[in-house]
Amino acid sequence: MSISLLLEMATSSNPDRTAVVSGEIRLTTTELSVLADGGGGAIAASGAQHVAYVGTGGVMVPLLLFSSARAGVTSTLVNYRLSEDALRQLIDRLPTPLVIADPEHRDVVAGAGKQVITSDEFIDTARTSEPPAQCPDPDDVAVVLFTSGTTSQPKAVELTHNNLISYVTGTVEFDSADPRDAALVCVPPYHIAGVGAALSNLYAGRKMVYLRQFDPIEWVRLVRDEKVTTATVVPTMLDRIVSVLETTPVELPTLRNLAYGGSKIALPLVRNALELLPHVGFVNAYGLTETSSTIAVLGPDDHRAAFNASDDALARRLGSVGQPVPGIEVQIRGEDGTVLEPGSTGELFVRGEQVSGRYTDIGSVLDADGWFATKDIALLDEDGYLFIGGRSDDTIIRGGENIAPAEIEDVLVEHPSVRHCVVVGPEDPEWGQIIVAVVVPAGAAPDPDELRAHVRAHLRRSRTPDRVVFRNELPTSPTGKVLRRELLNELTRSPT
Amino acid sequence: MIKNGTRLQSQVCGTQVIVVRTADSLDDLRAGGVPMVPIGAAISGDATLDPAFSDGNVMGKRYVDEIGAEVLVTKSGAGTLSVGTIALSLKEAKPLPASD
Repeated sequence: MSISLLLEMATSSNPDRTAVVSGEIRLTTTELSVLADGGGGAIAASGAQHVAYVGTGGVMVPLLLFSSARAGVTSTLVNYRLSEDALRQLIDRLPTPLVIADPEHRDVVAGAGKQVITSDEFIDTARTSEPPAQCPDPDDVAVVLFTSGTTSQPKAVELTHNNLISYVTGTVEFDSADPRDAALVCVPPYHIAGVGAALSNLYAGRKMVYLRQFDPIEWVRLVRDEKVTTATVVPTMLDRIVSVLETTPVELPTLRNLAYGGSKIALPLVRNALELLPHVGFVNAYGLTETSSTIAVLGPDDHRAAFNASDDALARRLGSVGQPVPGIEVQIRGEDGTVLEPGSTGELFVRGEQVSGRYTDIGSVLDADGWFATKDIALLDEDGYLFIGGRSDDTIIRGGENIAPAEIEDVLVEHPSVRHCVVVGPEDPEWGQIIVAVVVPAGAAPDPDELRAHVRAHLRRSRTPDRVVFRNELPTSPTGKVLRRELLNELTRSPT
Repeated sequence: MIKNGTRLQSQVCGTQVIVVRTADSLDDLRAGGVPMVPIGAAISGDATLDPAFSDGNVMGKRYVDEIGAEVLVTKSGAGTLSVGTIALSLKEAKPLPASD
């Protein structure tokens, strides 16, 4: 049993429906399936034990996932934006890989001593190869993805066929999409959401339209021209789309659902988007690579209810990631491991068939009862809505007191002079760590004391930033995660 | 006990399922009144569809028994899914908004 099952089901129900649109390429489910058969044959014939893909994705994502599954070989989608050294280091960690690279990335991996072919060559070979005769075990690893490594060495997360199938069949109703539905996919292929998109949309019977390199103007054009009904973005993309729509208002009449996730979002941005696109249903999707994508969802009705609420508790839900998806159990645990009651802040633990919690060379990190420690600080409210308060690794310990940067960031970003902000804790001889707010101002930089007073008015005194520094932009990963370590290094080098 | 992710087929109709949540009860999983077998296993030549178990099933839907065992239909067929002689029931799913 492999993820190939999802393609087989889609093909038997809707053989002639368009499954993928990527640039000039359009494939029906049957065409994708035939091509994946040949791709599987090509991979099997190469003798490789692993397939690595370096490129911008598009049709290559579903093709690679299903070809590898049919060959019974694990695939890895690697971040094509990495430096040559970093890329080679990751590829060197994979057992005898066949490396498939977009033509523009071929040279970067060509000298790594591996079997390398271009994406075009792979597709050409797939068109003429015979299907393989493999049937992987459900517990075989389907996909390995490297974590972004913003705080440590990238870890190789192993997702089994069963993890991914459980995720898709547990969260998506088979063949539920309208024949006219289309999803715009612009998340990078090496991100778990890129893998999730290829599998989920196919299973739902929803045409996938790929935008291989995000550009907000091109995104708006594709939504209009391809009559896109659903799309998923990371917060930095949403920010840029909102800027385009604010400058040049455009109607996006077909867009019904806009999902965001992948990193923390600032509430003023969510409110802006809700106002600019009143007919669109917003979806906040929370998940990790280790959990095969989404484990909690805040849906369109919750968004509008919170946005229009006068009641504080209800309004606060706009900052929630919603409720767990079916098949996922959640617990909030205290530092001593006890399970906390609703309303208490602790660390989020999750359990379910879609949760892998397994890394190459490390093994499973699930506890004896199958729970995975997300390392995210979290809280559940009385109605089971989940709130995420940042990574526990980012906790600042100032004078013995634990401070979650997210708490201060959420307050700061509501100040009209703040466009983006992040709070970090450089080492300090007196306090252990101090609180530094790094702010990208909206317009002219405000008086630091005004921002400190703003925080003091909303939070306990111990949360007031010791210092406020201004920057023109924040260093972020391509999926919008702020690179706190870079800021910390920078602040430690020049403590002014 | 059957492992989650195992694929089974009917001996008397086109039905195929995948085990989503296993339980001991699934050892007696039947389609069309006849035990289901792993995909690729030998099929009994003389078994026939029991008319009392011929209500069929729906592609892509989940079916559950009383103790929570769950299978997903990956290919629909004419037989009713049952554990022993007790028919499984269709599990209604609350639709989630698209998030990928």
